[in-house]
Amino acid sequence: MALSTPASDTSLPTPGGAAPAALPSTRAVRGSSLYRDAWRRLLRNKLAVAGGVTVILLCLIAIFADFLAPFSYTKPNFGRLNEFPSREFPLGTDQLGRDQLSRIIYGARVSMLVGLGSQIIVLAIGVPIGLISGYVGGRVDLVVTRFVDVMYAFPRLLFVILVMSMLGAGLTNIFIAIGLTGWVGISRQTRAQVLSIKEKEFVEGAKSLGAGFWRVVSRHVLPSALTPIVVSVTFGIPEAIFYEAALSFIGVGINPPTPSWGQMVGENQQFLRSYWHLCVFPSIAIAVTMLSFTFFGDGVRDALDPKMK
Amino acid sequence: MARYVLYRLLWLIPTLLAMAVITFLVMHATPGSPLDPVAEGANPLSPEAQKNLAAAYGLDKPLWQQFGIFLGKALQGDFGQSFVYRTRTVTEIMRETFPISLFLGSMALALAIVGGITLGVLAAVYQNRSWDYVSVSVATLGVAVPNFVLAVFFIILFSFVIPLFPTGGWGSPNQWVLPTITLSLAPMGIIARFTRSSMIEVIRSDYVRTARAKGLAERPVILRHVLKNALIPVVTLLGPMFAAVGTGSFFVESIFRVPGMGRFFVLSMTGRDYPMIMAVVLIYGAFLALMNLAVDLLYGALDPRIRY
Repeated sequence: MALSTPASDTSLPTPGGAAPAALPSTRAVRGSSLYRDAWRRLLRNKLAVAGGVTVILLCLIAIFADFLAPFSYTKPNFGRLNEFPSREFPLGTDQLGRDQLSRIIYGARVSMLVGLGSQIIVLAIGVPIGLISGYVGGRVDLVVTRFVDVMYAFPRLLFVILVMSMLGAGLTNIFIAIGLTGWVGISRQTRAQVLSIKEKEFVEGAKSLGAGFWRVVSRHVLPSALTPIVVSVTFGIPEAIFYEAALSFIGVGINPPTPSWGQMVGENQQFLRSYWHLCVFPSIAIAVTMLSFTFFGDGVRDALDPKMK
Repeated sequence: MARYVLYRLLWLIPTLLAMAVITFLVMHATPGSPLDPVAEGANPLSPEAQKNLAAAYGLDKPLWQQFGIFLGKALQGDFGQSFVYRTRTVTEIMRETFPISLFLGSMALALAIVGGITLGVLAAVYQNRSWDYVSVSVATLGVAVPNFVLAVFFIILFSFVIPLFPTGGWGSPNQWVLPTITLSLAPMGIIARFTRSSMIEVIRSDYVRTARAKGLAERPVILRHVLKNALIPVVTLLGPMFAAVGTGSFFVESIFRVPGMGRFFVLSMTGRDYPMIMAVVLIYGAFLALMNLAVDLLYGALDPRIRY
């Protein structure tokens, strides 16, 4: 087959949300390390920095939710149902009289946990599989690649929803569902990198000096394959956050009363006309989070691979 | 060429079969059964009734046999009776809802292609100027923000604040506008970003410099020389975009109350409607694979350097 279509929009060499500020001017400097250069390019990209700062803020909100939230996220207050934003409740109260602000603050926890945590699982499954399939080659590679192709043909969101509706809602199951489907892309990328690296002289040199499989892989192959892995993780995070929000929106994601932004939008979307505030604020939270991660991810990709600009 | 098409079509068979097996296993290997009560905490059916129902739906047979029966019937276009909508067959429901989803998807895709290319061209021609920022912002917004969130904002803006369009339904063309726009933004963003980078690459090439050097005006340079060549790689995007539009429509359809396939899909999943789930996954997978094939062929036709 002469052709392959780009598998997902994250792997496309699109130019970033706009990182015109990050010109590849430091590309010629061979003396400093790739990552120091990349860091410098990243810092020069204003949108990426803004995204990164927002991401850090969101993480802090998630960690310190207990101190930041003015009210409990579970305790109903039946005297104050569906109230519009006021001084006491800056974002209003929901159908059970719970403070929306507190629920949105706690909602950050779920989003961040899913975004970052699922990527650890994805890495733990995808990298070794891609590595072995690329490095060992032969029949192993053939079987793995065929399986990966089938998984790719599967519409991912469909599969995630399927797994979730079968396993039932809950945070652990979200990790399982995203982990089960997310490793495919990263394993493909790792494999491609390994294939291009394993024939290089420095790997051959290491082997001829008597380096074993693990040494070659951990000291030579993996570090060289790191860049696409990092890029794919930075895009995997918002993707995972999206899946959680989408699942919770449908009602197969996070179990109530734990608040999740997607769930809040899904539950209240039918009351949009009467109680707009119930839907709008969590929507804004999702939008801001997704945009921050995307800007940051675009910046990371452009910084690591200035050729793509 | 014919060999290549045949090869790809034949390859579709094991792919779909594998998808069917995986879906089937996931459905049956996980705890719970379609005979469980739908409502939470409701009393379960009596064991006798469960047994009768299982026999009626063929759920009492061993798994491999169930799969075989399903496969045999599915090949004849019969996906069985829906568990949730008990009076109707899956094929009936699909025949009714799939065209609606397809129509919505096609409109969204058309809008995405036109809008995305326009945005991408503007961004590339005015690189690093305000048009670039505007179009890149729109593109990033479309790519990054989930469409159910966009839908909320659109309903508030264009139904409540400025009452231009109804909040949902699927009768008059007036009701098509918001779901189409919502669904189109994600693929539009993807196309815009890709078109931009592809255009920028082509603008720097030698033959464009030559075209300019011979005194050609900017418009024909951009439209005839740059755009034509820059769009070739953009075609490869159409494949994944069908996926984006297809899965995106689950949310858009449920928010805007469009009677398409998407709503049934979610309900069938949560209701453990086995026949319905299998049908949706397979139809969707086959559709996607065929579209990918069509895109690859189109790509070959546009770019004479590609040979099969």
